Amino acid sequence: MSYAKLTREQIAARIARDIPEGAYVNLGIGMPTLVGNHLPKDREIFLHSENGILGMGPAPAPGEEDADLINAGKEPVTLLTGGAYFHHTDSFAMMRGRHLDIAVLGAFQVSVSGDLANWHTGGDAIPAVGGAMDLAVGAKNVWVMMEHLTKSGESKIVPRCTYPLTGIGVVKRIYTDLAVIDVTPRGLVAGQLVPGLSFDELQRLTGVPISPSGARAAA
Amino acid sequence: MIDKIVPSIEAALADVRDGSTVLVGGFGGAGVPEELVDALIAQGAKDLTIVNNNAGNAEFGVAALLKAGRVRKVVCSYPRTADSHVFEALYRAGKIELELVPQGTLSERMRAAGAGIGAFYTPTGYGTDLAKGKETRMIDGRGHVLEHALRGAIALVKAERGDRWGNLVYRKSARNFGPTMASAAKCTIAQVYEIVELGALDPECIVTPGIFVTRVVKVPRKKTTVVPAEAAA
Repeated sequence: MSYAKLTREQIAARIARDIPEGAYVNLGIGMPTLVGNHLPKDREIFLHSENGILGMGPAPAPGEEDADLINAGKEPVTLLTGGAYFHHTDSFAMMRGRHLDIAVLGAFQVSVSGDLANWHTGGDAIPAVGGAMDLAVGAKNVWVMMEHLTKSGESKIVPRCTYPLTGIGVVKRIYTDLAVIDVTPRGLVAGQLVPGLSFDELQRLTGVPISPSGARAAA
Repeated sequence: MIDKIVPSIEAALADVRDGSTVLVGGFGGAGVPEELVDALIAQGAKDLTIVNNNAGNAEFGVAALLKAGRVRKVVCSYPRTADSHVFEALYRAGKIELELVPQGTLSERMRAAGAGIGAFYTPTGYGTDLAKGKETRMIDGRGHVLEHALRGAIALVKAERGDRWGNLVYRKSARNFGPTMASAAKCTIAQVYEIVELGALDPECIVTPGIFVTRVVKVPRKKTTVVPAEAAA
């Protein structure tokens, strides 16, 4: 049976659907930023940006860009009515101090126990960490958004991260282009497999044992 | 009469010494005190340690300071950007030292310095390469890393408006590291686009009270800075 992997936009839409009304959310740089394009219009969701913004809005119309109003990826953004600016130390208090409900982060690897590797590929690359480690330990729920497999077809869900760690045991849920996987004390539980993908095939592609969510729907 | 306003950017930086640790505000292009950094290049101090979120972009600002060979060490969270080639070349040639710090730890280390705290335990970075060699401790069942205060001899910050007592307000996300850095240095120099009379800044809305500011210098607003009509709100 054949199946189609989700596009990045489709993964983003899945994540956006799972963000409840009133949540304070940080979307990491790169792929997770796409989630902002899919937030349900009928819910009030507060987007946080590490550089001192709550209530961050979408990109401005062309010509309306303001060099003093940018997101963590240094792209121009807007402020929603009711939004606020604050300085970096307050911003990271929000992140580290368990005030954010959800952080959506990209990843190179996630381990079976929820270890996250997303800041450094090691070797010759110049190391750069930004706010990744603060979000990893600080958000109430760390959700990872990533492709299930590397370009060469290896599982990015691994028994142990081989890339340098960002945080230990921090990931609660993994949204991939094949499924949604919860990290639980009993191991990884997979649900929402893309149409046409059997559980056995997902297990074959995934580097560690997973169990089907079964009767219990993904929380 | 107390007047922290200095007549020129050169006068503001006259006494920066070789070997100083200089805290430089800004995140990406927002809140970078570009004129002060340019003046620091002209001033000539060398062997500097620069604390900034990034390690310079393109060929201006911090990157120009690096290129001029004035910097011994960079303390930052994110030295790798699309156009950070000046830092990269120096780093690969072994001509500059890098202390990589998680962004929130960088900010909190400066807050601690400004608040008279010697060091603190944070869960950020526990069990990672960035905690190697540092003291750790379990607190409430969670691993924490001991991080020390980070103090500057000089802080260079960009604010929107200031008065002669050194009170400052910022603009949008250009605020970023400014208030924390202002508190963490022995000598804080703020560049502003506007100097206003005492009392013109709403006391309920002053972000950096003048006690944290040593000198204020006015710089002309750049044409490239887009300021929409609602900016003054």
